[in-house]
Amino acid sequence: MSGETLTSSEYITHHLQNLTFGRGADGAWGLAHSAQEARDMGFWSFNLDSLGISVLLGLLFLLLFRWVAKRATAGIPGGAQNFVEWIVEFIDGAVKGSFTSRNPLVAPLALTIFVWVFLMNLMDLFAIDHGPKLAESAGLHFFKLVPSTDPNVTFGLALSVFALVLFYSVKVKGIGGFLAELTLQPFQAKSLAMKIVFLPVNLFLETVNLVAKPISLSLRLFGNMYAGEMIFILIAVMYGAGLVLGSFAGLLHLGWAIFHILIITLQAFIFMTLTIVYLDMAHAEHH
Amino acid sequence: MNITATLIGQSIAFFLFVWFCMKFVWPPIMKALDQRKKTIADGLAAAEKGRHELELGHKKALETIKKAKGDAAEVIALAEKRAAEIADEAKQQAKAEAERIVTAARADIEQEVNRAREHLRAAVAELAVTGAARILEKEVDAKAHAKLLDAVVKQL
Repeated sequence: MSGETLTSSEYITHHLQNLTFGRGADGAWGLAHSAQEARDMGFWSFNLDSLGISVLLGLLFLLLFRWVAKRATAGIPGGAQNFVEWIVEFIDGAVKGSFTSRNPLVAPLALTIFVWVFLMNLMDLFAIDHGPKLAESAGLHFFKLVPSTDPNVTFGLALSVFALVLFYSVKVKGIGGFLAELTLQPFQAKSLAMKIVFLPVNLFLETVNLVAKPISLSLRLFGNMYAGEMIFILIAVMYGAGLVLGSFAGLLHLGWAIFHILIITLQAFIFMTLTIVYLDMAHAEHH
Repeated sequence: MNITATLIGQSIAFFLFVWFCMKFVWPPIMKALDQRKKTIADGLAAAEKGRHELELGHKKALETIKKAKGDAAEVIALAEKRAAEIADEAKQQAKAEAERIVTAARADIEQEVNRAREHLRAAVAELAVTGAARILEKEVDAKAHAKLLDAVVKQL
């Protein structure tokens, strides 16, 4: 993108590369200059763009809501308060509908997840070239504007939720109860001998069941957003392919963007709902 | 695209955000919502109470009007009765007065008649004396013949 013409595949790989900060091959901390370099940095590196944008969006959400919460009156609400109350009541309704136990953490957690994921997804609607172009003018090689197209971000969220699920499973049922849930079902038996026979099967099934939760949670969001981003990039590639294809790309872009408004909201909602359901299962005695 | 420590950073940010949301965002908004809910519920209850009271007042007013109407009718009936009584009394009094006047007039007339009779008697006696004197051509001494004259007068 820096002056010289790029092939389509170069353009695509460039747009899919995060701005990675880590320890390079020479042992010094710094920014990766290519996808290979970023890969070589291993686990202990940070995607500055994903982290930066997501934290920025999270702060934006919290500051806006805190600003409203501080001024919240029981009287006639203003425009901002109305908007925030609308979201809060929507979340509260969803939590009351799916979460049967009592836990003051769940509703704020659901609110944070919904708004934060929505805002991260919303970045997808910015024209895909703007992020990298802006970063380039600041001297950065790569910049991905949409945090939720980074598997690190979605896994970070899903693993945090998973940690909460484990924490509350143990807290509510005790370690014994939690282990019993893992080993004594779905195949149940009356006699001890049969219980022991079923134990490995049950453990295997329940472990898969348990581990599948964070993986499906994160991959669903990541897959949807990544695919959406990919289609935007492909459409953007079409812009450079002559007048006819270019104008067709414009049409496609518009259609996909409008459809994407639905997807980003839906994905944020699904992520939130599943989080509530998983936590509800963690609180329930039997499932 | 590879899994890196970004994940850890993301988790830390996530927990911090959730904590902040739970401490400083959710409670005041829910408090405001609950308070408004309560205010609205109170207002509705007050409205319901007011409506009930209004209905009660309406009923009471109707009752009062009905009672007043009954009272008025009673008073009117009483007054009519009283008026009839007064009229009757007045009639009675007038009748008595008239009778009294008639009786007095009758007594007067009787008196007049008696007086006239006396006059007539006297006049007749005089006439008789005068006639007799003319017949006898001499003066009849009235005093001497008073006894006779009285007897004549009495015969008239």
